[in-house]
Amino acid sequence: MENPDTFRADVAKWLEENCPPSMRKPMGSEEEANWGGRRKQYANPEEKLWLDRMAARGWTCPTWPKEYGGGGLTAAQARVLADELRKIRARPPLISFGITMLGPVLLEYGNEEQKREHLPKIVRGEIRWCQGYSEPGAGSDLAGLQTRAEDKGDHYLVNGQKIWTSYANYADWIFCLVRTDPNAAKHDGISFLLFDMESPGVSVSPIKLISGSSPFCQTFFQDVKVPKKNLVGVKNGGWTIAKKLLQHEREMIGGMGFGLAASGGGATMEQLAKEYCGDDSGRIADPVIRSEVVQHLMDQRVFATTVRRSVEEAKAGQGPGAASSMFKLYGTEMNKRRYELLVKILGSQALGWEGSGFSPRELATTREWLRSKGNSIEGGTSEVQLNIIAKRVLGLPD
Amino acid sequence: MSLALSEEQELLRNTAREFIAEHSPVKELRRLRDSNDPVGFSRELWSQMAELGWAGIVLPEEHGGADLGYAELGIVLEECGRTLAATPLFSTLLLGANALLLAGDGTQRKEILARVAKGEAILALALQEGAHHAPYQVATRAEASRDGYKLTGKKTFVQDGHVADQTVVVARVSGKPGERDGLALFLVPKNARGLQVTRTVMVDGRNAAQLQLDGVEVDRSAAIGTVGRGADVLDPVLDRATIGLCAETLGTVAEAFERTVSYLKTRKQFGVAIGSFQALKHRAAVMFTEVELSRSIVLDALRAIDEKRPDVPLLASVAKARLSDTAFLVGNEAVQMHGGIGVTDEEEIGLFLKRARVAELTLGDAAYHRARFAALSGF
Ligand SMILES: Cc1cc2nc3c(=O)[nH]c(=O)nc-3n(C[C@H](O)[C@H](O)[C@H](O)COP(=O)(O)OP(=O)(O)OC[C@H]3O[C@@H](n4cnc5c(N)ncnc54)[C@H](O)[C@@H]3O)c2cc1C
Ligand SMILES: Cc1cc2nc3c(=O)[nH]c(=O)nc-3n(C[C@H](O)[C@H](O)[C@H](O)COP(=O)(O)OP(=O)(O)OC[C@H]3O[C@@H](n4cnc5c(N)ncnc54)[C@H](O)[C@@H]3O)c2cc1C
Repeated sequence: MENPDTFRADVAKWLEENCPPSMRKPMGSEEEANWGGRRKQYANPEEKLWLDRMAARGWTCPTWPKEYGGGGLTAAQARVLADELRKIRARPPLISFGITMLGPVLLEYGNEEQKREHLPKIVRGEIRWCQGYSEPGAGSDLAGLQTRAEDKGDHYLVNGQKIWTSYANYADWIFCLVRTDPNAAKHDGISFLLFDMESPGVSVSPIKLISGSSPFCQTFFQDVKVPKKNLVGVKNGGWTIAKKLLQHEREMIGGMGFGLAASGGGATMEQLAKEYCGDDSGRIADPVIRSEVVQHLMDQRVFATTVRRSVEEAKAGQGPGAASSMFKLYGTEMNKRRYELLVKILGSQALGWEGSGFSPRELATTREWLRSKGNSIEGGTSEVQLNIIAKRVLGLPD
Repeated sequence: MSLALSEEQELLRNTAREFIAEHSPVKELRRLRDSNDPVGFSRELWSQMAELGWAGIVLPEEHGGADLGYAELGIVLEECGRTLAATPLFSTLLLGANALLLAGDGTQRKEILARVAKGEAILALALQEGAHHAPYQVATRAEASRDGYKLTGKKTFVQDGHVADQTVVVARVSGKPGERDGLALFLVPKNARGLQVTRTVMVDGRNAAQLQLDGVEVDRSAAIGTVGRGADVLDPVLDRATIGLCAETLGTVAEAFERTVSYLKTRKQFGVAIGSFQALKHRAAVMFTEVELSRSIVLDALRAIDEKRPDVPLLASVAKARLSDTAFLVGNEAVQMHGGIGVTDEEEIGLFLKRARVAELTLGDAAYHRARFAALSGF
């Protein structure tokens, strides 16, 4: 294998030459991220250039096989790439549910045709995916879903309603859980389908969040025709795939605590605390805030170390398993504590909604604080993660 | 260094687990306690551990040590924590021998470390004077005399101080209590004139001592490191000992947690296992998460010592704060979830609570280490 130091140097050099300057600043909010897709409007040419260059090397999906457009890197090399990206404070060239959720399960369960069809487009950000899991009557009890797909010979006919479908209004395709056998036990009659959101019979209506943004929708399906080749895995065997995808989703959400959310406009929490709560010759003047800031930084460190340990143990074939639930639980609860603390630090300056009197950073913090409340709900609530740990890891009885 | 255990480390863990389970199960602690054993640990066990190479596990070969790392020492300590094994590893190796290793002169190292590795010498560190850990809060005076120094003062919570052959006493040659400057470390033999040692019986069945020093005279050669700059030795010694103690606490906490989960599976009320009640399940899952997070930081802190990383002091504080909080949570929850039996002396779970609480207050509790973290981080 290539010498790791040479690899690091090559990566650093390439990034230095290819990452445009405007892509080396933190994003203002989640919405500013590049999610790609057929309808993506680029705010500036550098955003597009950055994506295209990274995609050409397969580095939007560094560990995926080269034959499907990925980077073909080992996990260790991918960590080097991530390190180097962090060093120059590069924005992610592409954020997508295709990368974090669908891709990994297609690699595991998809057939060759599906992999060749969908994976390269995910790598290049051509198709934006959304997740059709939750329904009004099936949230935590996901397997209780009712959306039906009837076998019509060469296609399935899909009818039903989904809810909380993040970015359904911007998405090109959906990965969707449907009931293909209404008479089977509830986990045994579910299938995993892919289809184009432009198919006749699909309609969406956005829902507004307490943070003021509308990141998700109600999604309706009326007699939507889905070609049979779009079934992933076997008919009625979708629950296994659904659970696997949830594991990937939970890892992603759990990791957000120190990824996306870079509020504070680049200032650290301790700097903000000195600025807003008083600086007593270099110390945070308020001893309670000081102690809470410490607690939070310690939590972050301990959590990051645990994520690292889990990767290293997995490689060595050790570890407790069901780690994704633990990370989802701890990462999101920690992220919520982080925003509660930021609001406490910023005081009334964190409670503005719009207009004058508040800096953009302050207004962003308010919205992010409210958005973070969804972290411990989306992808399975904290209570559901606790149930999973109790059952799967600790083996406690029902 | 990876946080996953290597094959050799797994082997060591298995050996340690088997050996300690056989020679020092929890009932051995109970025996020592109930018989008012004057030593408080088994000297025979300690010799056997020395034969296995554990008494000097991190000492260099030239002093008869096994020359392994803290990652390995941590494994042994964790297993000791699981059965609440009473051993002088903490006092002798982590505190006493470390001071000599880091700053002792050739003679001190040569004479004492080899005896430590053989399990022959017991060492202790006499630092604390009040009810809380505050390493520079030292009032004990060291006055220069003709050939050396004269020590006067009082020490408390000196672990294994009642049986130590030599105790490292922290005293002040200048300055006021609370100041970092002006400290010095002296080796004081157990039969020194003017030294009065009183054993205190602690809640965890282990033991600590109070020392009264009434003009104890020591030679100039008894000083470890530079007189007046003792904190330069003390700080790294305390960091290493703190991290070692965290490894032991991790074992205690993990064992108490696992025993509790088993109890939840077997104890029946309302016709079902109490572990089927969500009110208990969720709390068990929270404890699991805390134990896992604690394990990660302990492993990283141990490796940081071996890798000579500059963040050892910071990690010592992160680990101790975390382990203190986890020990508090798990100790209390374990007893609560055992119901009435949990508060009896007959059931072992209460012994874990007691040991966890003593460890929590040894070398600084969570509040102390949070304040230290802030100071080290410059805010
Ligand atoms: C910001 C955001 C984005 C989302 N994006 C998507 C998306 O893109 N696609 C998608 O399909 N879904 C999405 N969701 C939906 C999400 O997966 C569900 O909201 C979640 O699974 C919870 O379901 P629910 O809202 O129906 O709550 P409910 O299941 O009704 O739960 C209500 C409360 O009861 C608790 N509860 C329920 N069952 C139990 C139990 N057995 N034990 C203990 N407590 C329990 C829950 O923890 C919660 O506190 C999103 C949600 C949010 C908030
Ligand atoms: C100091 C002391 C003095 C006592 N004095 C007396 C006395 O004078 N007379 C007398 O008759 N008794 C006495 N008791 C007994 C006392 O009433 C019982 O210990 C108590 O009712 C709990 O029962 P248990 O010990 O069997 O615990 P268990 O019922 O086995 O409970 C074990 C754990 O499971 C939890 N648990 C049990 N069921 C549920 C549930 N449905 N949902 C959630 N959690 C649950 C409990 O809260 C506990 O944490 C005394 C106990 C103590 C500790």
